[in-house]
Amino acid sequence: MAQHQVNYASAAGLPIALTTVDHLVNWGRSNSLWPLTYGLACCAIEMMASGASRYDFDRMGTIFRASPRQADVMILAGTLSKKHAEFARRLYDQMTEPKWVISMGSCANTGGMFNTYATVQGVDRIVPVDIYLPGCAPRPETLQYALMMLQKKIRRESANMNKNTKQNLRLV
Amino acid sequence: MRKYTPKDNVQAKSYYTDRYWVAPRVPREAVEAGTHFADVVEAMKAFAKESYIEVGQLVIHIDAAENFDAIKTLKEQCGYSQCSEQSAVDYLAKDGEFELFWQLLNIKEAKRVRIVCRLKEGEAIESIVPLFNSANFAEREMFDMFGIKVNNHPFLKRILMPDDWEGHPLLKTYPLHGDEFASWYEVDKIFGKEYRDIIGPENRDPARIDRYDTKRFSRVGYEVPFGADISEGEKEQPIEYSETLLVDYNKKAGKQLDQRK
Repeated sequence: MAQHQVNYASAAGLPIALTTVDHLVNWGRSNSLWPLTYGLACCAIEMMASGASRYDFDRMGTIFRASPRQADVMILAGTLSKKHAEFARRLYDQMTEPKWVISMGSCANTGGMFNTYATVQGVDRIVPVDIYLPGCAPRPETLQYALMMLQKKIRRESANMNKNTKQNLRLV
Repeated sequence: MRKYTPKDNVQAKSYYTDRYWVAPRVPREAVEAGTHFADVVEAMKAFAKESYIEVGQLVIHIDAAENFDAIKTLKEQCGYSQCSEQSAVDYLAKDGEFELFWQLLNIKEAKRVRIVCRLKEGEAIESIVPLFNSANFAEREMFDMFGIKVNNHPFLKRILMPDDWEGHPLLKTYPLHGDEFASWYEVDKIFGKEYRDIIGPENRDPARIDRYDTKRFSRVGYEVPFGADISEGEKEQPIEYSETLLVDYNKKAGKQLDQRK
């Protein structure tokens, strides 16, 4: 290191850490991702297992919340029927910004094996999805990994959500 | 030689059908005298058009107008205290009518009876909810799935599909992937009809991958930001299959020696 360079981080021996607003805000957001307690089908069982003591989402700061007003992440775990699509979207709308969506399992991603009249062919038709999680049903480790990928994504984003590229549906 | 059928669209229908296959049928046995079912047949004499035993249970064909009285007789005189299932079968294409059935159970005798009747399209059936409460949801489901109206039902309303749904999905004429109303249902409901163009039609092909779509598919090894345009001015080129693969050999003019299907 050149002699003229000042080491701001250890200036005068004070306990100071320099960072950016983006880093600080995203550090907070990504380490307290509170998903909505919202299960649609069998994937929800795996989601419950992820939240329970063996896989323990709590240690990642991920605590399931019973109200959309307190939730940041919507994990769409299971088959979304057309009858229920309206309510899923309403729950999404009730969540406060910033908010993210994980589409969990084949049914939520593409409709899965339910290639029928009554199933929404991919939840990205009604809500903007951040992470698609393959599997039928995905194991809790997969959901954990998806959540860690979402944390990574959030840390990469700008703290100002308006600057982030989103799917067009977010504007709706 | 078996005639060639294209195999590129295997999901639409099976390309192989066994023309010698005969649907297996369960044998119908006559009701023997002196048994429990003989007493039931005796009590149902006024209603039964035809009765036989199939896989150990009595099947009685009745007239659709007499369904309430017939089932009442079964309940009060023959001890059939439980209606385990009630629904219909769509034979509109074959016979122009529905087949309705009621599955009744006598718990004391451990015997089951199926009441069967035929109903023309547009006709209504009498509700048996005053006799069996369990028929309430079953009749609602039958109304939902087939559009068969039930007279004097306490609350005849769709039970599985949304209230504003159009069509009755279990009819043979209803497409499995849904009609236009069904395919846009959630979009119309949530966003409105004007968003159909923005959201686009449903993708019913599970294997479809758009190589320029960086919103739904990541480019493994060549990751780019979400939604980035990677076409680099290149026009979209749909996958072109060679002509020879798409030749429909079935329509080829020629003499077919074997006319059997």
